[in-house]
Amino acid sequence: MNIATKRWLPHTVAAVCLLILLYPLAWLLATSLKPANEVVTSLDLWPSHLEWSNYTTALDGVSGISVTRLLSNTLLIAAGAVLGNVLSCSLAAYAFARLRFRLRKAMFAFMVATLMLPHHVVLIPQYIIFNRLGMVDTYWPLVLPKFLATEAFFVFLIVQFMRGLPRELEESARIDGCGAFRTYWSITLPLSRPALITTAIFTFIWTWNDFFTQMIYLFAPENFTITLALSGFVDQNSTSAYGPMFAMSVISVLPIMLFFFVFQRYLVQGMATTGLKG
Amino acid sequence: MSAVSTRAPARADRTTDRRPAAERGRRVRERQWPAYVFLSPWMIGAVVLTLVPMAVSLYLSFTDYNMFDPPRWVGLRNYGDMLTQDPRYWRSVGTTLLYVVVAVPLKLALALGVAMLLKNLARGRAFYRSAFYAPSLLGASMSIALVWRALFNDGGSVSGVLDTFGIHTGSWVGNPHLAVYAVVLLSVWQFGAPMVIFLAGLQQVPPDLYEAAALDGAGRWRQFVSITVPMLSPVVFFNLVLEIINSFQVFTPAFAISGGDGGPADSTLFYTLHLYERGFTASHMGYAAAMAWLLLIVIGVITLILFRTSRSWVFYADEETR
Repeated sequence: MNIATKRWLPHTVAAVCLLILLYPLAWLLATSLKPANEVVTSLDLWPSHLEWSNYTTALDGVSGISVTRLLSNTLLIAAGAVLGNVLSCSLAAYAFARLRFRLRKAMFAFMVATLMLPHHVVLIPQYIIFNRLGMVDTYWPLVLPKFLATEAFFVFLIVQFMRGLPRELEESARIDGCGAFRTYWSITLPLSRPALITTAIFTFIWTWNDFFTQMIYLFAPENFTITLALSGFVDQNSTSAYGPMFAMSVISVLPIMLFFFVFQRYLVQGMATTGLKG
Repeated sequence: MSAVSTRAPARADRTTDRRPAAERGRRVRERQWPAYVFLSPWMIGAVVLTLVPMAVSLYLSFTDYNMFDPPRWVGLRNYGDMLTQDPRYWRSVGTTLLYVVVAVPLKLALALGVAMLLKNLARGRAFYRSAFYAPSLLGASMSIALVWRALFNDGGSVSGVLDTFGIHTGSWVGNPHLAVYAVVLLSVWQFGAPMVIFLAGLQQVPPDLYEAAALDGAGRWRQFVSITVPMLSPVVFFNLVLEIINSFQVFTPAFAISGGDGGPADSTLFYTLHLYERGFTASHMGYAAAMAWLLLIVIGVITLILFRTSRSWVFYADEETR
């Protein structure tokens, strides 16, 4: 191999990989703008003309619930989940990373073990609890657990980050008379911003994408999320409905794409640090 | 809250603390409680939403329970029925195992390959890293699952492209032999997440190791086997455990690609799909709880085996300093 090939062969391979990888997304966008009669007949991605009416149909939503309503429902759940996770996970993480207490080792081991716990083991009893509390078909079962730091992944992520912070600032704060809570709130928390942002974004995206929990707990169409509305299409085999259906899909992945473009640095770094320090 | 610990500087060094033992003991106790305040949301969650539900679901797995009538004790019958009376159970175990065994190695191999490619890229590495990562965020969504179903359906792009190469597959999602591979490919499409972790691991390998090896005449392959693999083994281990645990629990793509029922001919009836169908559609909550516990045991055993064997193949460079 001469120097020139050596330099641009990796670039070519990477570019080809990227094209294959992005094809499904390009297909999604193209199909959402195609007229009904073109969907199956051509492998050609480019629509003969842009069928914007797919989007106006999609905005009407499903079973009388508009897409705006579906999106604001989803946003409400996601915002609650983000707030809950950031608060409760950072509180727990601070205790694990910085405070000394007798059961620390045992509790930390338990927390790490729950990382591997399949959700299905606690699913049915949790459902019974929320059912007894009259919370089925409300957003509580989707949001309340986040305020109780049930997602060990984020506790772990923030612990790892806090352990990497220099102790000097916190120590001088405590010598100056700051209590544990003050130190957490005005020193450690601001310093942990990158980990908290990573937590917030992952929580938002995972909640936005979640289907299983939403399907189990939500029944009334007016409580539906965008994912639940889309799930009504799964047994749809007729390609004539593709346009509006994929227009709605585009609308539903748009917030994730947006978050990705704005925050990709935090996402990629958050992912890399959890894996390395584990 | 902050008033309480103002008296206690953060560190009380044992050797220099000359106060009476009783007083020291009291101060240690005093410094304990803020930690439990910080942990209280987590502790409530751990007890109310994890420990108690685990115990309850273990109990329910020995009962007949439909959410309305009180649970009726049936001993080991759910487990017995599952293993001997329910052919769909074994079907779901087979599908899930096939999925784990095919998807995880493929995904990790691709992730490692691409990470090594990107590592040597002088320019554009950050761009490619982010771009390859994007599918990992979208892959779990219903939208992408629907796209996948369309791409692998009759007249979809996949069979269209394969036709031009003379390979006639027809619809994948309608074919009991191929449907599960559509789900596998959706998992492989999300190789970006483990790739990011691999790439970060590769960048931490000290370059002088490679230089020394090259001076000693080690070729590319030799360097890969003797330096990259051992230095990267903790990251490989982490990715492997994570991917296996996640793959056992795949749901949304299976649900969407199978049209919601695990079809055709139960070929995409994944374990979690069967569990959902038994528990929530057919209201056999006891049976579903038993399925969940068997899943936990299987995942636990596999994780344990991985941890045990890891001692012989995972190499920690900073072992002495730990």
